[in-house]
Amino acid sequence: MTRKQRRLTIIGGSLAVLAVAAALVLNAMGDSILFFSTPAMVAEKHIQAGKRFRLGGLVQPGSLVRGDNLVVTFQVADGIATLPVFYKGILPDLFREGQGVVAEGALDSSGVFKADTVLAKHDENYMPKDVADALKKQGRWKDEHGTKPTDGAKAGEIPGASRSAQGTPQPGQGALR
Amino acid sequence: MIAEAGHYALVLALGLALIQSTVPLLGARWRDVALMNVARSTAIAQLIFVAASFAALVTLHVCSDFSVVNVFENSHSMKPLIYKITGVWGNHEGSMLLWVSILALFGGLVAIFGNNLPLSLRAHVLAVQAWVASAFYLFILITSNPFLRIANPPIEGRDLNPVLQDIGLAVHPPMLYLGYVGFSISFSFAIAALIEGRIDAAWARWVRPWTLVAWIFLTLGIAMGSYWAYYELGWGGWWFWDPVENASLMPWLAGTALLHSLVVMEKRNALKVWTILLSILTFSLSLLGTFLVRSGVLTSVHAFATDPTRGVFILLILCVFIGGSLSLYAWRASALKQGGLFAPISREGALVLNNLFLTSACATVFVGTLYPLALEVITGDKISVGAPFFNLTFGPLFLPLMIAVPFGPLLAWKRGDLLGAAQRLMGAGVAALIAVAVLWAWTRGGSAFAPLAIGLAVFVIAGALSDLAERIGLFRVPLGTAVRRARGMPRSSWGTVFAHAGVGVALIGIVCETTWNSEYIGSMKISDVAPIAGYELRLDDVKQRHGPNYREMVAQFSARLDGRLLDTMTPSKRTFTTRGATTTEAALLTRGASQLYISLGDTARDGTIAVRIYHKPLVLLIWFGPVLMAFGGMLSLSDRRLRVGAPKPAKSLRGLQAAE
Repeated sequence: MTRKQRRLTIIGGSLAVLAVAAALVLNAMGDSILFFSTPAMVAEKHIQAGKRFRLGGLVQPGSLVRGDNLVVTFQVADGIATLPVFYKGILPDLFREGQGVVAEGALDSSGVFKADTVLAKHDENYMPKDVADALKKQGRWKDEHGTKPTDGAKAGEIPGASRSAQGTPQPGQGALR
Repeated sequence: MIAEAGHYALVLALGLALIQSTVPLLGARWRDVALMNVARSTAIAQLIFVAASFAALVTLHVCSDFSVVNVFENSHSMKPLIYKITGVWGNHEGSMLLWVSILALFGGLVAIFGNNLPLSLRAHVLAVQAWVASAFYLFILITSNPFLRIANPPIEGRDLNPVLQDIGLAVHPPMLYLGYVGFSISFSFAIAALIEGRIDAAWARWVRPWTLVAWIFLTLGIAMGSYWAYYELGWGGWWFWDPVENASLMPWLAGTALLHSLVVMEKRNALKVWTILLSILTFSLSLLGTFLVRSGVLTSVHAFATDPTRGVFILLILCVFIGGSLSLYAWRASALKQGGLFAPISREGALVLNNLFLTSACATVFVGTLYPLALEVITGDKISVGAPFFNLTFGPLFLPLMIAVPFGPLLAWKRGDLLGAAQRLMGAGVAALIAVAVLWAWTRGGSAFAPLAIGLAVFVIAGALSDLAERIGLFRVPLGTAVRRARGMPRSSWGTVFAHAGVGVALIGIVCETTWNSEYIGSMKISDVAPIAGYELRLDDVKQRHGPNYREMVAQFSARLDGRLLDTMTPSKRTFTTRGATTTEAALLTRGASQLYISLGDTARDGTIAVRIYHKPLVLLIWFGPVLMAFGGMLSLSDRRLRVGAPKPAKSLRGLQAAE
């Protein structure tokens, strides 16, 4: 086998593997990417029931109700609209009324957001990034939520620190997120 | 006084690095031995000054000098001593100082133990090393000085983030940095080779041990970080595909590829141009990881925009080094001579395949990590790319790689015999099929995925063992001869066996944990019993306790199996008074390689506690696998060939062992 043939074989093989990788990426991009919405954006965009997305906002003070069997309901607000959230499981350590929260799940037919994961960062003056940016965009940012970049850097210290409560487990995927 | 001394030492280190980054280059150009030797002395002096600076910061933290901003923000006088020390690198400024200290350490080691390197190569390597160091010294001094004072010193500090007050912090970041920064050596060697326009098998032999050292530390560092997240975050997850984790995984994937392509270069003098590129890419990914974690861009693009000094500075470093080195590569790579020929089916071909899959997997992680950032910057849309994305891209790429792993070592150099290798892997294949069949029968009705994946893992492990059996002629020659051959087998071959088996072991752990993990979430009151996976966990008692800088609620569980008491488990929930933050301390009970895991949630008004209990079968294998890989790496590192081989690198290797 000549040098040229060898090179062609290697280049051909590489291109094939890269093409497979690109196809996998594009395929996964379509299915497994979650968009982020605040309650106002949910009302505006009419997200259909059953479509998974990330909901972010502030936990409406006084709205947290704990039921039996670790069921909790609370309202997420962004100053314009509110959305009721249903969650079954243990809330993260930093979940508090009046503070930022990001929940992952989907709307049910009655318009309640059923969350299977609730995220909060392990830093007490941290506002989840998506929430802070959304609030700023709407001009509802108050400085007491202010985060310094150093806090962010600190939170980056532990891998996966941003992940926290895991609700009713889903086989396969639930184990990882 | 100490703070000022530390600051001054750091400035001096910068000065030395600037000298080291220019003078040796001139020396190499003018062929002036004295000027080239400047690199050696400045590298050692630089190490001494950075070490002094780092020691100064440690001292400040240990004696709780709250007139220093960094200590005030991250320490507390009541904090236990160990966390006062580890808190030094539990914050941005301190961890950057650790970063440059390790960079200087590697530079110093090359200087001390690189006596056998050709003089001009050593001068070039150390000069490139000093460019990187200068950039980071400037970064620290300009944007993240850990020695700044406060005008009116407070009496008490603000304490370290409680999640970081754990022994994991003592080990994980230094290990990770030893890995990250260790790749700077292969980068410097690559750039030096490009500048000199000369590269040969001896070059690969010099670079290989350094790359191995970095790879060993990175492997252990990632595994350690994963275990830390597992027990500290309180919900039993061990890998999150979080950008911070991906930042360390990418250099690991590229570094693993580099390790394998260096073998080809050393043995066959082929793949030179590719190896050089891979060295550059690996360290570039380390720099990218530093950027992602340190610039704050992950936490908030907004924070990045309002206080851009740090982020922009690191971004600049990133652009200069990656852009510069790749341009140099584009310009000079054609000057490197072509290497040996080989057929596609050969050991070289197998290693090329390994490189292909590892770099493609690395590329998918890269896309998944950076795409959300890019999209947000460009369109403002916010998306999250989570585990499903990586499972769908990374998984399918690793599958063929795993199948190929056992074949590689069985193929001959230059031209291999695939059929012969397959025949020799018959035993491994049969073992894998038996494993699949047994598991299938045992978990009837379950998904087919887990038995197949475990079968693959068994194939990898058995394949590594059959390679071993093949080499020592087990069952073909008398046992005594086989044992003698095993003793005489090069350590690097042993290393391959262990490292490859480690991959299979980790895969078994991952599959078992994700498939057969059982979970119990519920509210419990005292004397309630939670059944899980055949075990019974009874909540015996709940107590309040005081720690040095926290209060904690401790729950006591007794774990029973078939009515027999195994042990008590005491998960707790800590409230740190200074920051008002709570952390969850999980309790672990190890049974073989499996674990029971309890973490506490909120206490309801009626006194019941929310608890989360997991049974995680064979979970420890997830981390035992990487430990095996690292052990394989160490065996390889101690190989006689690397100590006494070609251009007498004996001294350089003794140095590496000291560094372990």
